Amino acid sequence: MSDGGSLATVLLAMFAGAIRVSTPFLFVSLGECLTEKSGRINLGLEGTLVFGAMTGYALSLHTGSPWLGVLAAGVVGSLFGAIHGYLCKLPKVNDIAIGIALMLFGTGTAFFFGKAYIQPQAARLPSIEFGGWSENPAIQQALEINPLFILGFLLAVAMWWAFKNTRWGLIVRTTGDSTPAAVALGINVDLVRLYATTVGGFFAGVGGSFLSLSYPGSWTEGLSSGQGLMAVALVIFARWNPLACFLAAILFGAAGALGPALQSVGISEGYHFFNAAPYILTLGILIVSVSPKRSLRGAPAELSITK
Amino acid sequence: MQGELISRLKRSGEYVLMPAAAILISGILFAVFLLFLGKSPVQFYELLWRGGFGTSFSWQNTLIRASPFMLTALCVAIPARLGMVVIGGEGALIMGGFGAAVVAIPLIGWAPPFVVIGTMVIVSAIAGGIWMGIVGAVRHYRGVNETISSLLLFYIAVSILNFFVEGMLRDPSDPNKPSTMPIGKENMIGNIPGTDVHWGLIVGIVLCVVLYFLMNRTTFGFAARITGGNLRAAQAQGLPVGKLILVSCVIAGAAAGLAGFFEVAAIHGKANASLIAGYGFTGILVSFLARHNPLVIIPIAIFLGGIAASGGLIQRRMDLPDATVLVLQGLIFVVLLASETLYGRFRVFQLEDSTS
Repeated sequence: MSDGGSLATVLLAMFAGAIRVSTPFLFVSLGECLTEKSGRINLGLEGTLVFGAMTGYALSLHTGSPWLGVLAAGVVGSLFGAIHGYLCKLPKVNDIAIGIALMLFGTGTAFFFGKAYIQPQAARLPSIEFGGWSENPAIQQALEINPLFILGFLLAVAMWWAFKNTRWGLIVRTTGDSTPAAVALGINVDLVRLYATTVGGFFAGVGGSFLSLSYPGSWTEGLSSGQGLMAVALVIFARWNPLACFLAAILFGAAGALGPALQSVGISEGYHFFNAAPYILTLGILIVSVSPKRSLRGAPAELSITK
Repeated sequence: MQGELISRLKRSGEYVLMPAAAILISGILFAVFLLFLGKSPVQFYELLWRGGFGTSFSWQNTLIRASPFMLTALCVAIPARLGMVVIGGEGALIMGGFGAAVVAIPLIGWAPPFVVIGTMVIVSAIAGGIWMGIVGAVRHYRGVNETISSLLLFYIAVSILNFFVEGMLRDPSDPNKPSTMPIGKENMIGNIPGTDVHWGLIVGIVLCVVLYFLMNRTTFGFAARITGGNLRAAQAQGLPVGKLILVSCVIAGAAAGLAGFFEVAAIHGKANASLIAGYGFTGILVSFLARHNPLVIIPIAIFLGGIAASGGLIQRRMDLPDATVLVLQGLIFVVLLASETLYGRFRVFQLEDSTS
């Protein structure tokens, strides 16, 4: 009985943890997916995520409305995205290097302005409680789902559908797959990439606001443990498919949640290997599925990391 | 003869003046930022100067910080000559420092210090070299992008360090911070006589010079630069592209691994999470500012070391957060990269030939 009980506890904790941990992954990877689909990579999303977290928290503190914080985080995120998009469009400018530079600049600026927000308590995003039917408090707690997770899921479905079925989706895909083809169709390639990077930055900013407004739910300098950079790996892992991004985010989240879940029942061995698992998995998948002769299935051909 | 000299001067003038102008413009932008916040830019730059270069004390502080910047910048610069953007030098630094501490533990007490230190140096270079070697290998054999793989390996290195430091190899007598056993005072390398600066500075400078000669004056370096310039041409010439990629990555990782050795053997005396200090990421900035030229890395690393060293003074005197210098660094980096687009745009630097 006690074994079954602790297994259930671990599974429930993992389920809840996976949803919590995966939400920022989900947003930032959807943003990266959109940007990469247009043929450009943004490594600066880590900075955008951290800056979004700081902005969201500050706005929530000053206005008392966490949702205003989410919106503001998205807006500053799109600003970062637009700067990246604009700079990368200049000739001879390397998008990978600019991304790293903006990552440093974004985290630096977030820490600079965020110093004042480490102590005070801002209003946090409320969770939606799906667990009312159960008497078990553990189940109730596990089914407290944050609204951004649901929004992220809907966004993933919408993006998946839009890439397939809409004119805009086709334009973005064409731009990412072949610049000459896009130019021949009369598409303004630079403009499409600028928009894709800007909107991608918006998503990353929203993902950041989740970190400070929901889980862990306060602003500290160490709140992002590289989720923004991991999104790049996650998108490769998901083969540039928004629905797969959703599943991959859950998987990455579950791997991150497994360690703490096991710790809660007294198993602390291997905690750090669970943390490393997604990275090892992604590297393994890259090694197995890429070859010098052909690029990854589903990869935008204009993307610098797969060319 | 004279014409050739002038054109060479013009060419190198562009490479010196453009980054200088980029730094100047970022300085002006940062001054505007400070004015916006109601702080005095004049006071800021005065303190920056005093904290980084004003006194012999601040110079020593600057040089201590410059040493890991040089070594991690080499980790970016050498593969960059082959056209690779490696950003995971921090991972090689961690593995180097961790390897050095691990290999020292069983030797402590019975082996003479020079044996312990010698072993640590070799192991840290090998550990870092292997770590970046993986990046080169998966790039060559599987075509995996080196930026992504080096980044993933950085996170894996962090997990490996934490796993052993908090588990098997944790020093039980240190309750504060999970660390390996200390390597012992007698096994730590001292400072350069008469200073507070450890030997990492000298090693950094020597390696920069040696690798400059390797990349610019040897067949290996020439082949590497051809590969970076045009991969197809290099393959068509029958150059051993794979070997070049692997060897450059191993050299790069060994340099970053040595940075880890100095962190352990000169600063912390043990391996713990203090190794993850962001030196690898600053190294990227240093290398790009130096346009991946190992000789230029030396002054740039000292320049950025000075900015980093002045952080504390600026924080205390101007009541600014410690991230202030990070903002300045980030700004310099962004402006510098954006300025790449202006190369070849200014008539002053152009060679006067029929095409212009």
